[in-house]
Amino acid sequence: MAFDTTTATAWITAAEAVVKANEARLTGLDAAIGDGDHGANMARGLTAALANIAEKEPATPGDVLVAAGRGIVAKTGGASGPLYGTAFRRAGKALGDTTDADAAQVGEALEAALTAIKELGGAAEGDKTMVDALTPAVAAFQAVAGDGGTVAAAAQAGADAAEAGLAATVPLQARKGRASYLGPRSVGHEDPGAASLALILRALAEVTA
Amino acid sequence: MKKLINSPDSVIADALRGMAAAHPSLAVDLENRVVSRAGGAMAGKVGLVSGGGSGHEPLHGGYVGYGMLDAAAPGEVYTSPVPDQILAATKAADHGSGVLHIVKNYTGDVLNFRMAAELAEDEDIRVVSVVTNDDAAVEDSTYTAGRRGVGGTVFVEKIAGAAAEEGADLDTVAALATRVNEATRSFAIALHAGTVPAAGKPGFDLAENEVELGVGIHGEPGRERGAMAPVHDLVAYSLDVIHADRPVSGNLLVMLNGQGGTPLIELYGAFAEATAWIEGHGGTVARSLVGNYITSLDQQGFSITVMSLDDELLRLWDAPVSTPALRWGR
Repeated sequence: MAFDTTTATAWITAAEAVVKANEARLTGLDAAIGDGDHGANMARGLTAALANIAEKEPATPGDVLVAAGRGIVAKTGGASGPLYGTAFRRAGKALGDTTDADAAQVGEALEAALTAIKELGGAAEGDKTMVDALTPAVAAFQAVAGDGGTVAAAAQAGADAAEAGLAATVPLQARKGRASYLGPRSVGHEDPGAASLALILRALAEVTA
Repeated sequence: MKKLINSPDSVIADALRGMAAAHPSLAVDLENRVVSRAGGAMAGKVGLVSGGGSGHEPLHGGYVGYGMLDAAAPGEVYTSPVPDQILAATKAADHGSGVLHIVKNYTGDVLNFRMAAELAEDEDIRVVSVVTNDDAAVEDSTYTAGRRGVGGTVFVEKIAGAAAEEGADLDTVAALATRVNEATRSFAIALHAGTVPAAGKPGFDLAENEVELGVGIHGEPGRERGAMAPVHDLVAYSLDVIHADRPVSGNLLVMLNGQGGTPLIELYGAFAEATAWIEGHGGTVARSLVGNYITSLDQQGFSITVMSLDDELLRLWDAPVSTPALRWGR
C-alpha cells in the first residue's frame, strides 16, 4: 500500500486515538521530569488536527499533514505545539503534490520533519528529547525504503527504531526543555516527547500494515 | 483534588469571565483569550504584551493597565499560549509604534512567541522580544534550556511599562527591559507542590521533613531536595545562592513572593529574615513587594527576587501604575 490521502488521514486518526488512550501515561512521564501536561496537550493538539483535516478536506496526503500541523500549532501550546505542528507541516510540504507517495517519498517527508524539529528546538541526539526517537526512526525507515521496501515495512522498522530510541532516553540526562532543570535527577525516566513520538510512528505502522 | 472549579476543562474560561466582571478597566476577549486595556489603543505608545501558561495569577492579566502591560495572552494551565492567541494580543496592544513581547525563558513560551512575532511582522507590526531569565537556581545554558524567567518578569513589566507610558520608543523600552532583567536574580523554595486541575494531583511529592530547592514556577521539581528548616535558614540559603551569582549590595528592590498556597504571615516572616540578611551584608532594601505576585496555583513556598536599583530604575519603579494587581501613585 502506498501513502495516499486516505492513509494519511487514517494515520492522524489513529495517532489521536492512541495518544488519548495513553494520555495518563504521557502526563505521568512528564510529571516525573517536566510539568505534567504533555498528555493533555498532545490529545488536544491531535483532536484539533483532525478537526482541521475535516474542515479543509485536503486532496493530497501532503495537504493532510499540512492541515494536521496547522491544527496542532493553533491549539496545543507548550513546546510540543510548535515542534509537532511544524514537523507535520514540513513533512506535508516535502510530499508536494503527489497523491500516492512511495516509501522513499514518505522517508524524505519524515526526514524533513526531523530537520524542522532540530532547527526549531535546537536539540541534538542525546539531549533526551523527541529527536532521540525520531532520528533512529528516520534512518530505519529510509534504510528499508532504500532497499525497495514497502511503506508498511519501512513504517514497521521506523516504529521499532523509535521505541528503541525511546528506551535509550532513560539513562540520559536532559539538556533541553523543562527536564533540563532537574540536572542529574532527570536520569532514569523515559522522555515524554520521545514517548509520544513513538506512539505516533507506531500508529503509522498500524494503518499502513 | 478539592478545588473551587466547575471542571478542569473550564477553569481558564471561568476565570477570564470573572476577571471581566471584576475589572471594568480590562477588556477580556473570551474567544481569543486575550486580556487588554478597556478603551483600546493610545496613538503613538509602544505596546507591551506578555503571556504564558495560566496558573501564575496575577501574572500576566493582573498586570494589564496604565503603566504596565497593554495585553496579555494566558495559555492553558502551565502551558504557553498559542501563536494565534499571542498575535491577537499583539494586535490589541499595537498603537502604531511597535510592540514589545516580554517572554519568560521556557522552551514553549519562546517558540510560540517567536512564531507569533513572525505572524505580526507579516501584518506590518514591528515586534521586539525580550526573554527574561532571572532564575539563579539554574547555573548555565550548556546543559539546560537556559535560566528560567521567574519573578524578575514582574519588574520588567512594571519598569518597561512605565517607560512606554512616558513615550519612550520601542528600542529604548526594549533596552530598558533587558537592563532590568540583567540586574535581577531570583530563587525559590517549595514546601508542597501545586495541583494542576487536569492532572488532579500535586506535581511532586515531598515528605514532611523535605523541601524542594530552586524550583521554577510550573510545579516542576527543583534542582535538589533539602531538609526542612526554620525560615531563617531557608531565606539565608536563597539569598546565598543569589549573592553568589550577582552580589546583593547597594540599593535594592526586593520581592518576597508567595507561590499561591502560602499565608501572608509566613511571607512577612520570610521578608523580615530577608531584610536582616541583606542589611547584614551591607545592602539596603529601598523598595519592596510582599505577597502573591507570580504564583504556581496552590503551591506552598516562596521566591525571593532582588534587583539592583539606580536612579532611573527607581524612578520608573515609583512611576504611577494602575492594574488589578499593582496600583500606586495615580
